[in-house]
Amino acid sequence: MSVCFDDQQEAAFQKLLRRYDEGDSRVLPGLTFAQETFGAISPEVEAYMARRLGVSLAQLHQIATFYHMFHDVPCGRHLLTVCSSISCRLAGADDLLNHIKRRLNIAHAQTTDDGLFTLEVVECLGACHQAPALQVNGEFHGPMTRAKTDELLDRLAGGRERR
Amino acid sequence: MTERILTRNWQIVNAHTLAVYQSRGGYRALAKALTQMTPEQVTAEVLASNLQGRGGAGFPTGRKWRFLPPPDGGPRYLVVNADEGEPGTFKDRYIMELDPHMMIEGIVITGYAIGATKCYIYIRGEYRPAAHRTLAALHEAQAAGLLGPGILGSGYSLDTDVIMGAGAYICGEETALIESIEGKKGWPRLKPPFPAVKGLFGRPTIVNNVETLACIPHIIERGGAWFAALGTPRNGGTKLFAVSGDVEQPGVIELPMGTPLRQVIAACGGVKGGRKVKAVIPGGASAPVLTADDLDLPMDFTSVAAAGSMLGSAAVMVMSEDRDMVYALSVIMEFFAHESCGQCTPCREGTRWSNEILHAILAGKGRNSDIDTLLDIARNMDGTTICPMGPGAAAPLRSFLTKFRPEFEAAIENLRNRARGEAAA
Repeated sequence: MSVCFDDQQEAAFQKLLRRYDEGDSRVLPGLTFAQETFGAISPEVEAYMARRLGVSLAQLHQIATFYHMFHDVPCGRHLLTVCSSISCRLAGADDLLNHIKRRLNIAHAQTTDDGLFTLEVVECLGACHQAPALQVNGEFHGPMTRAKTDELLDRLAGGRERR
Repeated sequence: MTERILTRNWQIVNAHTLAVYQSRGGYRALAKALTQMTPEQVTAEVLASNLQGRGGAGFPTGRKWRFLPPPDGGPRYLVVNADEGEPGTFKDRYIMELDPHMMIEGIVITGYAIGATKCYIYIRGEYRPAAHRTLAALHEAQAAGLLGPGILGSGYSLDTDVIMGAGAYICGEETALIESIEGKKGWPRLKPPFPAVKGLFGRPTIVNNVETLACIPHIIERGGAWFAALGTPRNGGTKLFAVSGDVEQPGVIELPMGTPLRQVIAACGGVKGGRKVKAVIPGGASAPVLTADDLDLPMDFTSVAAAGSMLGSAAVMVMSEDRDMVYALSVIMEFFAHESCGQCTPCREGTRWSNEILHAILAGKGRNSDIDTLLDIARNMDGTTICPMGPGAAAPLRSFLTKFRPEFEAAIENLRNRARGEAAA
């Protein structure tokens, strides 16, 4: 599969290049844009984006692998990121994580067979007053109980949640 | 009841919009700075306020600004550190979500004071709601002539952009953050040169935290002396405390600098279930742990440092009497092992090995010598690395092991015996 922006994506990318016009400041926003566009930073996307951003493949690969939010394979429709930091762990994040793993039958960094959910364990989300907390595609949820988690997962699986 | 300054609009509906912010007196300080004050007068006011950087280091903001060389006609940058990643910290997020214009007004006044030609706001990738609010507020401010060319009809112009991080704790360190904006992995730089002299794109750069900038409009509007008087003799203003863990009502609370720890906890409804305090982390995961003996400690940079810890980001994490310190430390070291950028050997290896040893203890495979090994690792990480992450990882390790040593010794013994018992059964 060859990787290429379509006309609309190209227009958005050109706008991004105009906006981030100093030094290599376009690289991080550009890679984020590529992940949103193509779903992941696969080796093909890396090669394409290195060319489009005018940096070496080595520099691009370094960035794609250094920052945890870049994925080399696409996530499911709903990316669940469970906080593993101290306040969430004191409030039962271990139990929350195990509950999600059992329910969805996946481990960290795995996606359900139906492509609906990807599970990730992440560092402090900055939601310690909502501990244990998680995010669904960047939106905060918490404090989570098993019952609230079931309700959330059911709603997401039913497609009634936006996105 | 002390006056709320940084959180004064948090209960107001739609305080994140320009109209509401202005109806509450917003952008008056900017007008004052641009029309009645010289950049040097703004800096002098900030110096007089005893404002210290709210990101964690607590360095006097006005003094930081004064490190800048004289303008040479080339670009100068203001970089906003909104990469709030220190575990337990969630205050800057609320400034951006609930009152982003307070930060933006602070940005423009600061930009004017330091002669910045461009501002980058670096927001951690996990804070999308905060970034959306910030971007919307920037657009509003730009449309209203409060940002961009010729601000409020003055000769001062400032262009501002947002860059989103992508999940790396280390980018909260100011030189790593600069590297990240420059399109590189976030590896901290050796200092000196400090960013004020050679920062973003090799140019003079001031990196300020979100909460620091939110203080600026109030200092300009009401005076540095007024702000200084809110706090202690050396620590000006009020402070946002992000309180979590075993308290009844966790959340962000604004209190004067120097408020005793006991009162900070009481302001959050006290310890959960009326239990006793066992341990408190006063300023994020990198701050040495305090114990129940420290509850009268005034929570300001100077006092907490004098007690052997640090106010840091003022992320207060409370642990009640029933908490397991071995588990708590293992969670913290797991974090540092995961987030070490890998540049310096003592931090890269030290965080990883301390994490593995602590997990071995929890798995019943601990050795009696482990505590001394861990203390040795802490010694080797402290002061031997390019950035403060090495010392930041050494601090919880050393303080937990020292202050709760008998608990660690008992855990090594008991968990090992239990594992042996299970193996025999």
